[in-house]
Amino acid sequence: MHELAVTQSILDISLRHAKDAGAKQITGISLVIGEFASIVDDSVQFYWEMIADGTIAQGAQLHFERIRGEMICANCKHSFHPDDIDFVCPNCESPFVQITKGDEFRVDSIDVE
Amino acid sequence: MTTRVPVVEKILSANDRIAEENHARIESAGVFSINIMAAPGAGKTSLIEQTLPRLKGKLRVAVVDGDIATSIDADRAAKAGAQAAIQINTGGDCHLDAIMLRSALEQLDLTQFDLLIVENVGNLVCPASFKLGTHKSVLVASIPEGDDKPYKYPGMYRGVDALVINKIDLLPYIPFKMDYFERGVQVLNPGVLTFPLSCRTGEGLDVWIEWLTQHATHKK
Ligand SMILES: Nc1nc2c(ncn2[C@@H]2O[C@H](COP(=O)(O)OP(=O)(O)OP(=O)(O)O)[C@@H](O)[C@H]2O)c(=O)[nH]1
Ligand SMILES: [Mg+2]
Ligand SMILES: [Zn+2]
Repeated sequence: MHELAVTQSILDISLRHAKDAGAKQITGISLVIGEFASIVDDSVQFYWEMIADGTIAQGAQLHFERIRGEMICANCKHSFHPDDIDFVCPNCESPFVQITKGDEFRVDSIDVE
Repeated sequence: MTTRVPVVEKILSANDRIAEENHARIESAGVFSINIMAAPGAGKTSLIEQTLPRLKGKLRVAVVDGDIATSIDADRAAKAGAQAAIQINTGGDCHLDAIMLRSALEQLDLTQFDLLIVENVGNLVCPASFKLGTHKSVLVASIPEGDDKPYKYPGMYRGVDALVINKIDLLPYIPFKMDYFERGVQVLNPGVLTFPLSCRTGEGLDVWIEWLTQHATHKK
């Protein structure tokens, strides 16, 4: 339910960087969102159409790159995507695992004209 | 012609910046501050109610209470002995953000306090993304929620500095595999401080109070 705030923030960041680049129009925005970072659902797209209207980002495509969570086993060094039920290593069943991917939550780039 | 401009900026960077300003303001007043987050009903207000009388005469406490619509929780905090209790109604928002805390801080003379407790809106997803600028963030988990919550809400468990496990008085009545729960917690947040306690019986509260007191007196 915080997607409106998230969308507003994406717009602000994009407009600022577009201005710095002297752009006339933003055509695309690449977002990188990790599995552990935050839940951001498709309503961002919906809000986007509302709030980007009348700005140079109107009509810009939002590209979501979703990063799956990744863990590495401290025992056998096996890298894996955890299931939702447990975080143990599927190879050796060790519970000593560390998160290596999934915290991403950023605007990566914008496409401008 | 289309060109790609690299941005690489955290999505809620504007909130983070205001959180930093809040932090500077709290820190310069010599106040220790915590942001208490939890699912609805986990016991955030109960923890505050149990904490305040135990700090009486030792620390001056201000409570900021985030709620979607009512002032019930702020009233409870005032009744329990908070020197100041400020309600923030988020008007439907499911979390507090740094701007809301900033406007609450403007209503307080921070130098009159030793400890600032912020109770966030009951929600296990959104508050994790919005830093407020407090010194520590505290998650209150509770036994009836179930032992699988770290696995289902990793974002929340990932970022906090301390974890209160409330309602341990209910352990005999509810199936809750503590080792399974703690294993998830340790993967998401290795070495996080945990305080198993009961706001009902008072068990475990001493250690929590000791932690708060130590941090708050250290700031002076
Ligand atoms: N058995 C038991 N019940 C508790 C304990 N702590 C709180 N409760 C009960 O849990 C319920 C919710 O407690 P609150 O403190 O209002 O929870 P909260 O997290 O502030 O709730 P919201 O602000 O509405 O999200 C109340 O009925 C409390 O009496 C505990 O340690 N043991
Ligand atoms: Mg409450
Ligand atoms: Zn392994």
